[in-house]
Amino acid sequence: MASTSSLHAKPHLVVIGNGMAGCRAVEELLARAPDLHRITIFGAEPRVNYNRIMLSPVLAGEKSFDEIVINDQRWYRDNHIALVSGDSVVAIDRAAKTVTARSGDVVGYDTLVIATGSDPFIIPVPGRDLPGVIGFRDMNDVESMLAAAATGGEAVVIGGGLLGLEAAHGLSLRGMKVTVLHLMPILMERQLDGAAASLLRSQLEARGQIILTGADTAEIVGNGAVEGVRLKDDTIIPAKLVVMAVGIRPNVALARAAGLAIGRAIQVDDHMVTSDPSILAVGECVEHRGQVYGLVAPIWEMCRALAEGLAGRRSGYAGSVTSTKLKVSGIDLFSAGDFAGGEDCEDIVLRDIAGGTYKRIILKDDRIVGTVLYGDTADGGWYFDLLRNRRDVSGLRDMLIFGKAYAPLESPA
Amino acid sequence: MEAPIRTTCAYCGVGCGIVATRTGARSVTIAADPDHPANLGRLCSKGTHLGETVRLDGRLLHPMIGKRRASWDKALDLVARRFRRAIAEHGPDSVAFYVSGQLLTEDYYVANKLMKGFIGSANIDTNSRLCMSSAVAGHMRAFGEDVVPASYDDLDAADLFVLVGSNTAWCHPVVYQRIRARCAAGAKMVVIDPRRTETAEEADLHLAIRPGSDVALFKALLAYCRENGLIDEAYLARSVHVPDDFWAEVGEGSDLWSAARTCDVPPTDLRRFLELFAAHPRTVTLFSQGVNQSVRGTDQVNAILNLHLATGRIGKPGAAPFSITGQPNAMGGREVGGLASTLASHMGFEPESVATVSQFWAAPNMACKPGLKAVDLFRAVGEGRIKALWIMATNPAVSMPDAGEVRAALAACPFVVVSDVIADTDTGRFAHVRLPAAAWGEKDGTVTNSERRISRQRALFALPGETKPDWWIVKEVGSRMGWRTHFAYDHPAEIFREHARLSTYRNHGRRLFALPGLSAIGNQAYDALEPFRWGGDAFADGRFSTADGKARLVPVAQRALPGPLAAWPMTLNTGRYRDHWHTMTRTGLSARLARHREEPLVEVHPEDAAALGLADGAIARVATPQGESLFRVSLSEGQRRGELFVPIHWTDRTATGGRTGLLPRPLVDPQSGQPGFKLTPASITPADIQWKGFLLAADRVERPDCLWATRIQVPAGEVYELAGIGDPARVEAVLPKGERIEVIDTARGARRIAVLREGRLVAALFVTRDGLLPSREWLIAQLGETAAAPAVLAGGPAGPREDPGPIVCVCFDVGIKTIVGAIATQQLTSVDAVGAALSAGTNCGSCRPAIRRLIDDARKIANA
Repeated sequence: MASTSSLHAKPHLVVIGNGMAGCRAVEELLARAPDLHRITIFGAEPRVNYNRIMLSPVLAGEKSFDEIVINDQRWYRDNHIALVSGDSVVAIDRAAKTVTARSGDVVGYDTLVIATGSDPFIIPVPGRDLPGVIGFRDMNDVESMLAAAATGGEAVVIGGGLLGLEAAHGLSLRGMKVTVLHLMPILMERQLDGAAASLLRSQLEARGQIILTGADTAEIVGNGAVEGVRLKDDTIIPAKLVVMAVGIRPNVALARAAGLAIGRAIQVDDHMVTSDPSILAVGECVEHRGQVYGLVAPIWEMCRALAEGLAGRRSGYAGSVTSTKLKVSGIDLFSAGDFAGGEDCEDIVLRDIAGGTYKRIILKDDRIVGTVLYGDTADGGWYFDLLRNRRDVSGLRDMLIFGKAYAPLESPA
Repeated sequence: MEAPIRTTCAYCGVGCGIVATRTGARSVTIAADPDHPANLGRLCSKGTHLGETVRLDGRLLHPMIGKRRASWDKALDLVARRFRRAIAEHGPDSVAFYVSGQLLTEDYYVANKLMKGFIGSANIDTNSRLCMSSAVAGHMRAFGEDVVPASYDDLDAADLFVLVGSNTAWCHPVVYQRIRARCAAGAKMVVIDPRRTETAEEADLHLAIRPGSDVALFKALLAYCRENGLIDEAYLARSVHVPDDFWAEVGEGSDLWSAARTCDVPPTDLRRFLELFAAHPRTVTLFSQGVNQSVRGTDQVNAILNLHLATGRIGKPGAAPFSITGQPNAMGGREVGGLASTLASHMGFEPESVATVSQFWAAPNMACKPGLKAVDLFRAVGEGRIKALWIMATNPAVSMPDAGEVRAALAACPFVVVSDVIADTDTGRFAHVRLPAAAWGEKDGTVTNSERRISRQRALFALPGETKPDWWIVKEVGSRMGWRTHFAYDHPAEIFREHARLSTYRNHGRRLFALPGLSAIGNQAYDALEPFRWGGDAFADGRFSTADGKARLVPVAQRALPGPLAAWPMTLNTGRYRDHWHTMTRTGLSARLARHREEPLVEVHPEDAAALGLADGAIARVATPQGESLFRVSLSEGQRRGELFVPIHWTDRTATGGRTGLLPRPLVDPQSGQPGFKLTPASITPADIQWKGFLLAADRVERPDCLWATRIQVPAGEVYELAGIGDPARVEAVLPKGERIEVIDTARGARRIAVLREGRLVAALFVTRDGLLPSREWLIAQLGETAAAPAVLAGGPAGPREDPGPIVCVCFDVGIKTIVGAIATQQLTSVDAVGAALSAGTNCGSCRPAIRRLIDDARKIANA
């Protein structure tokens, strides 16, 4: 099949990935240059574009799938977007400028956007392929969990990070007896210190979850289906469902096979262009200035930069600082920026264990580089603003931890 | 309401009458007694707030042997046994009592009787040695008897007040009000004080003389009087013995110019003083510690007395030298012989007096010679010559000069008894036995004020715990030492009757001190005794208590005043604060009194401070050859250059610094044995402070362990001001248990910790290296109250936090009201614009549709 550009007036933009990044990139492009391209989107899932990070509320029963749909069928129709859902791209021919789908269809492109996202990391232990072992990545996973929960019983979530705890919370609300296995001594160690983590732990335990820290999984046991998890100390925790939430791996197989430059993920420049000028990439599958992101806000910014580039404005993307919120109702937890700290970092900590409040601000050169708020997250946005804008906070340092109400900044002129 | 009780104030020697009305088991309202001649309805800040000091906080309520509670029997037997043993093994001079102007006359009488008549030593001295004894010695040299020839009525008749070494406005406020009232009617006031005190501020003339130059000043005045015909020759001829060469000696170096140079005052000011004195024959010269606390204190007193005698300004209305005393019953102590240098009832150690007292007491072991005066007494303790020491109602580990040596002496003494009202004092820490004494408000007896007026001090409350009056404790020990029949008192009135009988026993008019007519006063009449003055208008008849009936002019010489020493370039002066008293065991309980001066300050002239690198409010180390202590620097234009002033009130219990007693030399006046507190070579350097802070606590806590910690009473607890070096974390050790909330900024050295119990604030600690500390006022008001974590740690309530309404953006907690408000005020027309303004919708984006609807709604309203 020859290039479609000769058959149609507009160049063909093909997007691999109907997820948050792919669709947002298209949205941003349409907002800038609605008539520039003919657009085709390939989606592996047989669904319209939905907000993946709202899967936790769906699992918890707080939202329905319809409520987390970002763009419904009408949006594709109104914008003349060809959606190929339930069919995934299996190969890219850069020389021919075509993509080949699992169905065998070959589609030519003028510009290709790879937005393949990431996959859950499945720890390489025996039994990991047993039915009943899933990740927590897409609506299929949620449906598996809902099906398992419908008959109650026991579930194990491996991974006490943000995603794992949200999965555990949802399963627990759905009536399952949930055990969280976490390799590290404290929960959410990338966002919390011991004090905040123990606040979180006791709050989760009060809700009926069992939390095992320092728990090293040896194998997933079961005969034909999951029956439990055996730890390295030979403890066996029975479970009919095991959710792996220990991290994500950028999905770069397609790009690698196509010979694009890959580091920790698909390498892109500030305009989200890969080593092939006709191919762009965006989202969790890319590496930008050495960083790989697993959170949504940077992806929005990448999408904006990508659209600007395609629309000829080339404003570029300079990297992001990120913030997260644990989506477990009744638990207020906000974190933003860098928690690893370092010798040149300083921190301010507020602990009110009895009151269930914990706040930590990490500073470097008189600027906020990270914050974690537990129990009272009202000032999260304010801190995040200070962080993103690199405001010098030395003048309000003594009162900074008490929030905006105590340390008003003059509004920028 | 209970019937009001008329009694006298616990504090200074003015001896004000108060009317106390009990309002509960340990509460009382205090009012001035309008009928008491000492104050006629006036009261100062300390007296007014006496009611705040009668709680049982910190009281010693049971006898203690070592750290263990003991029965009275056991404790008294031990004391009696140890004193008996020391006397048996080492003689009567191997034991000593060190007593106090806080004792009532009856207490004093029994203690003096036990030591001088029965133990057989005169080793009983009183803390009055530290404040009054130069006046006593001066009076005895000039008048033949320790008689204050003035009364408060003289204040109402005087035309000129000369206040010498007396910050009367602070130390004797009620007397001062009377002086100011007279000044308002035209009298003049001259203040002679190296410091520009509040008293000096109000003076018609302030002579800020070089410390120690008083004799030169008064000799110049006497010489001026002689040159200008102001000497009352007739009075001298009739009533005063003038030694040969007296006048020749006065004339030397007493010209105006020489004296002005010696005293370091402008000659014009000095001339004005001389002229004011010449113009106002009705002169009252009030003098206090600035005169007495000197190694030439007695000469300084006599320089003043010489002047009044030579000009006949004595024994007449409105004309008198007036020693005003510091303690409530220093005068009563002098009457019964509380000083080692006197015997009893204004008698000395002449053989006739010894015989008189011995017979009156039927004393088996009468002391025949003076005993050890305070400084010598503690030196003897240090040298191991005193084997058993009993300290009553005073805190020499704080108040003695070179207190470091005194502590070493106490630590080495084989047997120390302390009877006190307070459980934990710096001195009590050295005691082998502690005996719980009755406090003001519980005691019953008499006191004598500065003008020789005897008043009843009456009990308001039942004796708490196992406390006992001091006279009871002493007579019990006396009984157990074998003299039961001589100490068989059951009521203070019995002691008072015996004291009154002794005052007239073989007196024959030789001593002015006599209480005729009271020898047989009944218990009821004693209880109802109205205030009265003994001695009447002393010396009005021109007759004095000497053998020949004449007073004496005493030749006195101005001693050389050396210049500053290289290593100790400053001169250290000490004194009182207006609202504190002695070592603060009582005033320290009053939050209101604490406010006047919260910490021990060293006052420094601003130019000295600039030269020495001392900032106002910084912590400085004041050192002398005897010791050193820390003080907070206070710049004061009222200081002379090169001079420092520090207060006497702080102890190890209340502060790590402010330990003034460690600094002065143990040098004493050769006549009186009174130490020279007011003129010590010293140095001052800034202390290295790495952090500062404060601690609040609802209940008493251990003093925090850091360089600077000073305790301040507040209404709902106490506050410690703190400063230190190194890691401030260790002061956290004193925080009580409870729910702890904290903010720690390690790099900045900032720590804010609050401890709550059942939601109420019980303690808080705030520390910073170079940052802010919150206002103490708001936090102090939260002590004991329900407290919210961020507000307490922030040190104040938050500004009004706008109600955000229901949360729309859960990532950044942005509410609907905030968004609608921003759309309206900032004219936001897109979701991205809202995101730029509020961050809302910029993270997970799930709220973007909702934000879009809010923008649409706003547009519809605007278009409608």
